[in-house]
Amino acid sequence: MSELLAPRRMVELEVDGQPVRVFEGSTILDACRRLEIDTPTLCYGETLEPANVCRVCVVELEGSRVLVPSCSRKAEAGMKVHTDSERVRLSRKLVLELLASSVDLSTTPVAAGYLERYDAEPGRFGPPAPPSDDRDRARTGHHEAPDGRTAATVQQPVKVDNELYVRDYAKCILCYRCVDACGEQHQNTFAIAVAGRGFDARISTELATPLPESACVYCGNCIEVCPTGALVFRSEHELRAAGDWREEEQTVTETTCPYCGVGCSLELHVQSNRIVKVTSPADHDITLGNLCIKGRFGFSHVQD
Amino acid sequence: MRPSPAALVAVAGEQPLERAQAPVTAAAVLDLLAGGEAAPSPASSLPQDGEPRLRLLRRVGIADPDSIDDYRAHGGYAALRHAFALGPEGVLREVKDSKLVGRGGAAFPTGVKWEAVARQPARPHYLVCNADESEPGTFKDRELMEGDPFAVIEAMTIAAFATGCERGYLYIRGEYPEARERLEHALAQARHRGFLGESVMGEGFSFDVEIRRGAGAYICGEETAIFESIEGRRGEPRNKPPFPVEVGLFGKPTVVNNVETLVNVLGVVLGSGPSFAEVGTEGSTGTKLLCLSGHVARPGTYEIAFGVTLRQVLDLAGGVPGGRPLRAVLMGGAAGGFLGPGDLDVPLTFEGARAAGTTLGSGVVLVLDDTVDLPRLLQRIAAFFRDESCGQCVPCRVGTVRQEEALARLVAGEPRGGVETELALIAEVGQCMRDSSICGLGQTASSALESAIRRLPVFEGSGT
Repeated sequence: MSELLAPRRMVELEVDGQPVRVFEGSTILDACRRLEIDTPTLCYGETLEPANVCRVCVVELEGSRVLVPSCSRKAEAGMKVHTDSERVRLSRKLVLELLASSVDLSTTPVAAGYLERYDAEPGRFGPPAPPSDDRDRARTGHHEAPDGRTAATVQQPVKVDNELYVRDYAKCILCYRCVDACGEQHQNTFAIAVAGRGFDARISTELATPLPESACVYCGNCIEVCPTGALVFRSEHELRAAGDWREEEQTVTETTCPYCGVGCSLELHVQSNRIVKVTSPADHDITLGNLCIKGRFGFSHVQD
Repeated sequence: MRPSPAALVAVAGEQPLERAQAPVTAAAVLDLLAGGEAAPSPASSLPQDGEPRLRLLRRVGIADPDSIDDYRAHGGYAALRHAFALGPEGVLREVKDSKLVGRGGAAFPTGVKWEAVARQPARPHYLVCNADESEPGTFKDRELMEGDPFAVIEAMTIAAFATGCERGYLYIRGEYPEARERLEHALAQARHRGFLGESVMGEGFSFDVEIRRGAGAYICGEETAIFESIEGRRGEPRNKPPFPVEVGLFGKPTVVNNVETLVNVLGVVLGSGPSFAEVGTEGSTGTKLLCLSGHVARPGTYEIAFGVTLRQVLDLAGGVPGGRPLRAVLMGGAAGGFLGPGDLDVPLTFEGARAAGTTLGSGVVLVLDDTVDLPRLLQRIAAFFRDESCGQCVPCRVGTVRQEEALARLVAGEPRGGVETELALIAEVGQCMRDSSICGLGQTASSALESAIRRLPVFEGSGT
C-alpha cells in the first residue's frame, strides 16, 4: 500500500550544462523537452515504444563511446548530456543527408526545417538513381555493383491496390511505426513486417501480396502513425496527384463515432465540403489515435 | 595455384541433403546431387599438429570427436568435476583472476560478464554460446566444434553452473553442417552419460543445451540479434542498454560467449586463474586462435600466446609464398583494419592491436601480397556490409550504400569534386556510422575501408 502512496522518484541530470529533474523512467528526450531544447525526431511516435532506428535524435553522453538515442535512453542521475556538440551535429546532419538522398521527404512535414537547421546537402552523394519497380523482389544479400554516378534511392511506383488507402514506399524512411502499430503495440493484426535486408529492407505484406489478399483489416492505424505521408487515404493521394490538396483550407470537425458503444473521438478533415480523411486524437485516452475500419473509412454515407 | 572455393550444398525435401564441399567444382556438386559422397574434408588445417604446448587445440585431431570415452581419456570432464568442487563462487573467482576476455571480437572481460549474470535476482538465467562464426576469414570456432565438440559442451556446462543457468542455446551458423552433426551427437552422448540433463554428474545441478541454427545472416552473430533469432524473430540487434546480462534472451539475464572464449574456461578451471594469466601479457592473458589465410605458405588455424609479433606469426605460417613482397594484412576480418608491411612488429595483443589502430577482432590474419587489387578488395568489403546490414538504422542502412558508391567513383577514376572530397565524404559517413549505428556491425562497417585509406597507398593522397 505504501508504495502506491509514495511519490514517484526523480532523477537529476545535466543537459547542455543546465540541471534538470525528471521522473525516474523518463528518457533523455523527456529531459530535453522539459528544458525546451528542440530535439529532432523522425521515427519516434508519441503513442509507441521508441524504435530508435532513425538516429536523428542522438545526443552525446559523457562517458559513452558512442552517441545515444535520446528517445529511448533512460535518464539516469548524474548524466551529463550534450545536444549540440560537433559530433552530434555531424551525425544528425549525415542521418538527414542519407535519408533525404534516398527517400522522397516532400510530405514529411518536419524534414525541410531539419535539413536547413543542420546544413544538410543531400545532393553531394550525386543525382538520384532512376526509380526501381522490383524492390519487392530484391534478393537478400545480392545487389548490383554501383558505378557511383547516381545515388541509390528507394524510388518506386506507388502501390494503389484498394479503395481505402495507398502505400507510397518511395516516401518510407523505415521508421517501423506502421509495423509496430499493426503488430503487437496497437492492432495485433501483423499484416505487415520488414522484409529484406540492408538497403533492400522494406515494409511488406506477407510475400508482398496486394493488401486485399493480405491480413490487413483496414483499420488505418498505420496511416495514423506514419510520419512521412508514405501511407495516406486514397482521397488524399488523389487530391495531391491532381494538385488539389489544400491543407490550409481544410476544417477539422470533432465528433464521436456512431458505429458502436465505445464512442471513439473522430476528427473529420473536410475540404470543399467533402471529408478527405479521418483521424482520432493521438492524445485521446481511449483511442491513442487508433480507430477501426468503420470509424476510419465508413464516412461516404455522410456525403453521397 | 588458384585457391578453390568451398560451398554448402543443400537440398530440401523428404531426404534433405546438406554437405559442405571443398574444393567445390561443378562436377563435384553434380556428383553429390546424384547421391555420391562428399569429398572428405581437406587435410587438417592445423599446421601446429602435435605441438605439446597447445592449450585450446590440444585435443583437436588427437581425440576422437565422436567418442565421449576418448574425450575423457584425454582429460575431458576433469574441468567440470573440478568446477563442482570449487562451487559457483570459486569458478567465478578463477575466471576473474584469469583476466580472460571474450574472443568473439569485443574483448569484454568474461568474469565481469559472468558475475553480473550470476548476481541477477531475475530467473531463469540463460546461456548462449555464439557459434555463428560469420566474420569473413574466421574459421577457428569451426575447428573447435568439429575437432573437440565435447569441450564446447563441457565449457558451456561450467559457465551455466557458475552463472546459474538452467538452459543453454548453442547458436551455430547454418553453413557448418559437420560441426552441427558432431555437436548433436556429442550432446546425445553427454545426456546419455549424465553429463547433461537432470543433476549433471550427480551433483544436483541441472542443465541442458539446445542447438539453434542460423540461416546465413551475418547480423545474427551480433549478441542481441542472436536473441531475436533464437526467439523466432527477424535478426535485428537491440538497443543497449539494457545489456544482455540484465535483459537478454526471452527478457532474462543472459550470458553470451563465443565458442573460443568458453573453451578457454576449461584451462582456467583445471589450472587456476593466476596460472592461466601467466601466459600472454598483462592486458591479454592466455592464448589466441588465429585464422591465417590469403597469401601464406601454410594457412590454417594457429594457437599463439598473446604478445608474439605479427612477424613471428607470418614466419610460423611460412611467410608469403613465391618470395613475393607483402602488401598488407587485414586484421580482424571485414570489420577489422589493415596493417602495412611496416607494421610487422606489432605485438598481437588486444592492447597492441588497438595502439596500432587496428583490432585482433576474432583472430583473422588475412595476408595479401603485391598481386592483390586492393581497391577491388575494399569494394568487396563495402559490398559485403551493404548486403549484411540488417537495414534497421539509417547510418548503417544508407551509409554502407553511400560508401560503396563513393568507392566505385574512386576506383573508376571519376571522383566527384576530387579525390580529397570523396575521401572526406567516406570519412564523414564513417564517423556517423561509428557514432550513431545501433550495433557493432554499423559501428565497424567502415573500419577496414578507413584504415586502408589511412595506412595504404590505395588512392592518390591516401596512406600518408
